[in-house]
Amino acid sequence: MMIDFLNAIVALSNFVLIPAIAYGSQLALGALGVTLVYGVLRFSNFAHGDTMAFGTMTVILFTWWFQSLGISIHPLPTALLALPFGIAATALLLLGTDRVVYRFYRKQKAQPVIYLIVSLGVMFILNGLVRFIIGPGDQRFADGERFIMKARDFKAMTGLKEGLAIKTSQSITVVTAIIVVIALFWFLNRTRTGKSMRAFSDNEDLALLSGINPERVVIYTWLIVAALATIAGTLYGLDKSFKPFTYFQLLLPIFAAAIVGGLGSPLGAIAGGFVIAFSEVMITYAWKKVLTYLMPDSLDPSGLVQLIATEYKFAISFVILVIVLLFRPTGLFRGKAL
Amino acid sequence: MAEPFLIGDTMTGGYGKGPDILHECTIAVDKGEIAVIVGPNGAGKSTAMKAVFGMLDVRGGQVRLDGNDITKLSPQDRVLQGMGFVPQNHNIFTTMTVEENLEMGAYIRRDDYTETMDQVYDLFPILKEKRNQHAGELSGGQRQQVAVGRALMTQPSVLMLDEPTAGVSPIVMDELFDRIIEVARTGISILMVEQNARQALEIADKGYVLVQGRNAYTGTGQELLADPEVRKSFLGG
Repeated sequence: MMIDFLNAIVALSNFVLIPAIAYGSQLALGALGVTLVYGVLRFSNFAHGDTMAFGTMTVILFTWWFQSLGISIHPLPTALLALPFGIAATALLLLGTDRVVYRFYRKQKAQPVIYLIVSLGVMFILNGLVRFIIGPGDQRFADGERFIMKARDFKAMTGLKEGLAIKTSQSITVVTAIIVVIALFWFLNRTRTGKSMRAFSDNEDLALLSGINPERVVIYTWLIVAALATIAGTLYGLDKSFKPFTYFQLLLPIFAAAIVGGLGSPLGAIAGGFVIAFSEVMITYAWKKVLTYLMPDSLDPSGLVQLIATEYKFAISFVILVIVLLFRPTGLFRGKAL
Repeated sequence: MAEPFLIGDTMTGGYGKGPDILHECTIAVDKGEIAVIVGPNGAGKSTAMKAVFGMLDVRGGQVRLDGNDITKLSPQDRVLQGMGFVPQNHNIFTTMTVEENLEMGAYIRRDDYTETMDQVYDLFPILKEKRNQHAGELSGGQRQQVAVGRALMTQPSVLMLDEPTAGVSPIVMDELFDRIIEVARTGISILMVEQNARQALEIADKGYVLVQGRNAYTGTGQELLADPEVRKSFLGG
């Protein structure tokens, strides 16, 4: 009985909790980027998914280059070493885009909906750029040790029937996300520049009266967004794989996360990321195994007990998004209403 | 007569490409004085103040601060020249703490501003108590104190207040006026727009009654309070 319960917990951790925590961290980092752009620059940046793709692509290119030079930080993936270079390249891209595209509309004090359409245009260009450089196919770039804990080792260690596997990429994701979030909150709440960004997001006119330079705030925002997008994309790519189209698709769960948490609220973006990730993983998971351990034999489920097939996982983000917009448009953490 | 410290001299102008709202309107305040702009609704009171602060196009006339022509300066540049402005609405950062509001007020200062912050806390002790609370959670009167405190952080020589007592109770209004007098005593010129004309003129060294964007009556606060025409038309008898 006790053993069944432990097996159920292990199976649940292995197939639901650990993947959802890793995926939630990736979505949270993505949603933080979206929410910062919304808070400071006041538009929904539809190019964010492809910004992540661009950042990840540059990280992959640097990874390949380092691998060819024989540089490695085994057992950690080489991509971590390439990360700062990817961030730098993405920062240049975003600052360039701002200079060439967004600044023009800022000067005109364009409506948010115009920005949104403009960001769609940027999205298509980045989309093409990434495919042109690295191709539309799947790229695996994870090297180093694949597992921290192998399912077989766990079984041998504990004697349980269920195995628990922890991928290196999953633990790197969580550790990196924690570090990034702490650094981001420290920056926003403790530094003069961070506070000026929050002030600008809170009340633009008063920020101008206080002598805060909007162009500087915009530059800092893009730099942070570049770092967040590249890190989120690279972690996702390490955990799964890199394919430009997948990153475009990530836009939906990321926006859902940012809106569920409350657009403009960094804390909300993190909470939203986990809400979306857990919903997605739990609803698409086949609960048969876990339930078999927990239920008396006579009540064993005959089907898979899977609410929705994984192919439809995007429907989940979409439904959550619609529900939140209907009943609490400002999100969990009272962000700005759309 | 010597030139006043800050003067909007025969200003004519309006917003953007719109029609003129102000017509040869003159507003001035001297060092350590309180000047109050009163008048009926739509008289251009706030507009006159915004003109002095550079928030609309002044097409005729001049704005001079300490004898220097600042008509062409942007509001931000006027802050650097020592002008502080407290707008009527949205005058605090609601999602930031009281202390962060004051810090943002001091954003342009690169020197140590802790002394100024202590002075603001001395002036508004309640703010010190609530320094770590979000400004959006405070009462109307306390918010106005945060707004004034934020503007004082640049150590301005002129403080401009757009209806500082709008929407607060009469008791809080009296207290705010007391604080404003205290600020003036430190040598800061105060220029403010007020709905509560009688109470405002009582504390005013100089009063301006505007009607349809023009100077209708000008005088010391007491003169205006004593003027039968002003009493009849604007102070309710």
